[in-house]
Amino acid sequence: MGDVSEFPWLSWLVFFPLLSAVLIVLLPATAERAIRRWAIAVVFAEVLFSLPLWWRLESANPGWQFEEKLRWLPALGASYHLGADGISALLVLLTTILTAVAVLSASRAVEKRAREFYAVILALETGMIGTFLCLDLLLFYVFWEAMLIPMYVLIGVWGGPRRIYAAIKFFLYTMAGSVLMLVGILWLYFLQKAVSGTPTFELDAFYALPIPAGAQTWLFLAFALAFAIKVPMFPFHTWLPDAHVEAPTAGSVILAAILLKMGTYGFVRFAIPLFPVASAALGPWIAALAIVGIVYGALVAMVQPDLKKLVAYSSVSHLGFCMLGLYAMNPAGFAGAMLTMLNHGVSTGALFLLVGVIYERRHTRMIADFGGLWKPLPVYAAIFLVVMLSSIGLPGTNGFVGEFLVLVGAFRARPVWAVFAATGVILSACYMLWMFQRVMFGPVTHPENEKLPDLTLRERLVFAPLLVLIVWMGVAPQPFLDRMQPALDRALAIAEQRLAMHSGGPAAAAISAAPAAAAPGAPTPAPGAGAATVADGSTTERTP
Amino acid sequence: MMTPPAVPALLAVDWWALGAVIALSAGALLLLLLELLPGRGSANRAAAVTVITLVAAAASVLRVREARRAIFGGMFVHDGFTVFFTLLFCAIGLVSVLISWDYVKRLRLPGAEYYTLLLCAVLGMVVMAASNDLITVFLGLELMSLALYVMVGFRRSQLESNEAALKYFLLGAFASGFLLYGIALLYGATGSTNLRTIAQFLSDSPLAGSALLIVGALLVLVGFGFKVAAVPFHMWTPDAYEGAPTSVTAFMSAGAKAAGFAALLRVAASALPGIDVDWRPILTGVAILTMTVGNVTALLQTNVKRMLAYSSIAHAGYVLVAVAAGGTEGNSAALFYLAAYSFMNLGAFGILALLGRGQEERVLLADLAGLGFRQPLLGLAMTVFMISLGGIPPTAGFMGKVYVFGAALQAGLLPLVVVGVLNSVISVFYYLRVTVAMYMTEEPAAGPVEVSWAAPSTLALLATLAITLWWGIQAQALLVAAQESVRGLL
Repeated sequence: MGDVSEFPWLSWLVFFPLLSAVLIVLLPATAERAIRRWAIAVVFAEVLFSLPLWWRLESANPGWQFEEKLRWLPALGASYHLGADGISALLVLLTTILTAVAVLSASRAVEKRAREFYAVILALETGMIGTFLCLDLLLFYVFWEAMLIPMYVLIGVWGGPRRIYAAIKFFLYTMAGSVLMLVGILWLYFLQKAVSGTPTFELDAFYALPIPAGAQTWLFLAFALAFAIKVPMFPFHTWLPDAHVEAPTAGSVILAAILLKMGTYGFVRFAIPLFPVASAALGPWIAALAIVGIVYGALVAMVQPDLKKLVAYSSVSHLGFCMLGLYAMNPAGFAGAMLTMLNHGVSTGALFLLVGVIYERRHTRMIADFGGLWKPLPVYAAIFLVVMLSSIGLPGTNGFVGEFLVLVGAFRARPVWAVFAATGVILSACYMLWMFQRVMFGPVTHPENEKLPDLTLRERLVFAPLLVLIVWMGVAPQPFLDRMQPALDRALAIAEQRLAMHSGGPAAAAISAAPAAAAPGAPTPAPGAGAATVADGSTTERTP
Repeated sequence: MMTPPAVPALLAVDWWALGAVIALSAGALLLLLLELLPGRGSANRAAAVTVITLVAAAASVLRVREARRAIFGGMFVHDGFTVFFTLLFCAIGLVSVLISWDYVKRLRLPGAEYYTLLLCAVLGMVVMAASNDLITVFLGLELMSLALYVMVGFRRSQLESNEAALKYFLLGAFASGFLLYGIALLYGATGSTNLRTIAQFLSDSPLAGSALLIVGALLVLVGFGFKVAAVPFHMWTPDAYEGAPTSVTAFMSAGAKAAGFAALLRVAASALPGIDVDWRPILTGVAILTMTVGNVTALLQTNVKRMLAYSSIAHAGYVLVAVAAGGTEGNSAALFYLAAYSFMNLGAFGILALLGRGQEERVLLADLAGLGFRQPLLGLAMTVFMISLGGIPPTAGFMGKVYVFGAALQAGLLPLVVVGVLNSVISVFYYLRVTVAMYMTEEPAAGPVEVSWAAPSTLALLATLAITLWWGIQAQALLVAAQESVRGLL
C-alpha cells in the first residue's frame, strides 16, 4: 500500500493531462499558437513523467509497484487503487510516447477548433493511462468506458466525410461489448461477497477467488466479448476500418497504437488469469479465430485501394498474432504477444503518421494516385521503408522478435497453429511490399506528385523516436523482455494455480501440456539469440 | 401529586415532523395572498417566495432526524424514507423554479398561479412519500396530479398545450379510478387501508393469495404505473411532455416520476411484501416492456423534447428493475437511481427551456445543429446529461445503473439485467444523436438557434451539471443516504 508521504505519482500521471485539458479549454480559442505549444509541452512533460516507469520499475518484482490506494465507495467496497507491473508500465510508456508523437504531428493537420482538439486528446490520454493502471474492477470499467467519449468526439468532429457513421459505430460496438462485461464484473463481485463476506472490486481478491467452472464459461464470454471487440478479433472487427479511415491522423495513431491494446491487455490481465478453465476450454476456438484474423486481415489488406484502409486491415492481422500468442498459453507466446502489442503500436502508429503526411500534401490516400514518390520524397520514402519492414517483421526490426516469439509459442502449443499463422507473415510481406512498390517505385505517374515537398524538420522529429524504437526493440529486445517477463509469468502462474483448483478436468491437461513441452532442454529453434534465451530462461524460472 | 394537564388531542400532533407539509402549504397560500398586492415584477416575487418556501421545507425536515415517527394515527410517517424524498422533491422544486424563473416571464405565463401550483404539486409529492395509509397516498397523488394537470395546460393559447392537458387529465383520472378501486378491494380483502395493518394481516392470515387481494394489489400498481409512465400505461407521456411548457415538463418528468415511485416503493415494501410472489414477476415483465418500448420508440424521434419523454419512460423501466429486485439493496438502488435521474433529466429539459427567443420553442434535433461550439457551456452540459442518461461513466447515471443492475443481479434477476444493459446500449444511440447535432453538424446558414440565457437558469444548469458529475465520481454520500433511508420500509 502506498506510503502516505509519497507523491501520488501514478495519479499525477493519470490526471495531469486532464487538468491540462481543462486549462486549455479556459484559454481563448483565438490563442491558437499558445494552445498548440501548451498541448505539445504537456504531452512531452507527460512522457518525462512516465519515464520513471522504465527505470524505477523493479524488473524482478512481478507484483504491483508504485501502488496507490484510497477509499472511493466504501458502501460498495470499491476503492481507488492504482498500480503498475511490467505489462502496464510498458503500455503506459507506449501511450505517452505515441500520444506525444500524435499531438506533435497534428499541429498542421488540425485547422478548425484546435483548442477543443487538443483538450479532447489530452482527456483521452487520461482515460487510456487510467485504464492500464487500475487495479479495482469498477474503477477500471469507469476508465474503460469513459475513454470512449473523447475517441468518439475525435472521430465525429475532426474525421472524414463519413465520420458520424464511423463514430457512432465505434461507440455502439464497443459499448455493446462492454456492458456485458459490467454484468460479469457485478456477478464476480457478488460471488466474492458471498464467499468472503466483505464486498470488494479488488483485482487481487478476484485472483484469489475460486469460480465454479460452469460460471467461468459465461463470465469469460462476457469479458472476452468486450475485449475481442476492442482488439478487434475477427469477426468483431468491422468497426475498425470505418473508424480508422474516418478518424483524423492523430486519432488513427492513438486508436491503432493504444486503444486496440486495451483489448489484448484485458485478456492478459483479466480474462485469462480470472477464468483459466474457460480460457483453456475455449482457447483453441479463440486461437482459431486469431489465425482466421491473421490470414483474413492480410488478404483484405492486399486488395485495398486506400492506404489507410490497408494499414487498418493490417492491424487486424497483427492483433491476430497477439491473440494467438496469448492463447498459446505459454511463456514464449505471452512474451511474443506482449512484444507484438508494443511493436504494433510503434510500427502501425508510424504507418498511420506516414499516410497522414502524404494525405496532408495531396488530400488523397488512394494508392493509384501515387507512384514513384521516392524521387520527390527521398527522406519520406526511406522512413516509410524502415517502418514498412518493421511492420512485415524483418529481422533486425522490432516486428521480427515479437512475431517470432508468437510463432514459437504457437508451435509449442500446437504446431499446426504456427503453420497457418506463418502464412500471415508471408502475406504481410506481400501486401506491404506490393503497396510500397506501387507508391514509391517506378516513374512519377501523376504530375502533381513531382513537386511535393519532402518532410519538414518537425515531421522528421515526429518520426525520430519511432525509428529509434523500431531499431532498439529489434536489435536489443532484452530490456523490454526483462521488464515484461515477471509480470507475464505471474499472469500465467495465476492462471495455472486457479486451473489447479479445478484439477482433474480435461481442461487442466490442455493447459499444462504446453509448458511441459517447453521444458528446458527441449530442442528450440535458435535464430534470434535474444529471443530464444528469454523463452527458455523464463520457463526455467517459472517452474517452482 | 400533580398530574400534568391532559394535552388536547390537536396539540398532541408532532408538529415538527409535519414541518415540510406546513411550510409548503403556507407558502402556497402566501403566494395567492401576495398576488393581491399591487406591484410590478410579481413573477419575480412569486419565484423568490417559492424558493424560500422550498428551502424552509427542506430545512424543517432535516431538523427531525430521529427514528420513525407516526402521526395522525399512523396515516403519516416521518422516517428516513420521508426525509430522503422530501429533500429530493424540494431540490427538484428548487431547480424547477430556477428553470422556470425566466421561462415563465418569457412565455408570459401568470407567475403567482404557476408557482402556487408548483408548491401544491411538491406538497402532494411529499404527502405521497410520507403516507403510511392508502387513503393518504391517494390524497397526495391527487393533490400532485391536479396541480400538474393545470400546469401542463398553462400555455392556454397553444393548442398542443391544451391537448396535452386534456389527455393527461383524462388518462390520469382513469388511473386514479384504478387506484381507488384497487384501494377499495384491498380494504375489502384485509379490512384496513393502513399499510402496516395490511402487511400484518397478510402475514397472519391464510387469506393471502385470494383473488380479491391480488386484483386489488394489481389495480393499485396500475394506478402507480400510470404516474411513473410504465408501459403499457405510458400513452399520455409523450403528448403531455411535449405539449407542456418545457419548465413544467422538466418538473414533472423528475418530480412526478419520483413521487410515483416513492408511493409504489412504500406500498410494495411496507404493505404487500406478503404477496410479492404475485406482483414481483409482473413488475419484472413491466420493467422489461418499459425499458424496451421506451428506448426503441425514442430512437425514432426527431423532436428532442419528445425523445426525452420516451427516454423518461425507459428510465422508469430501469427503476422498476430495482423495485422488482426488492430488499434493502433493490429499494435503495431505486432511491439512488431516482435521485440521479432527477437531476440529469432536469438539466436536459432545463437546456431545452433555454432554446429560442420569446414564445418560440426550438426543440427539434435540427435546431441544435452547431450549437455545441457556439455555446460551450450549454454544449458541455447537454453532453454530460446525455452520457449520464445513457449510463456512461463518469456520471451519476452510470453509478445509478451499476447499483440498480447490481441489486437485480443479487436478487437473481440475471435476464432482467441483461435486457437492461442491452437497452442502455440502444439508448446511447439516440442520446448520441443529440451530441452529433450539437458538435458534428454544420450550423444552419441563418445561424444557430438563439439561447435565452438568464442568471437563474444558468445557476440551475451549473447545479445539475455539478451534481451529475459529482455523483458519478464520488457517490458514497448518496449511496449511504439511500441505504439508510430504506431501512424503515421493510
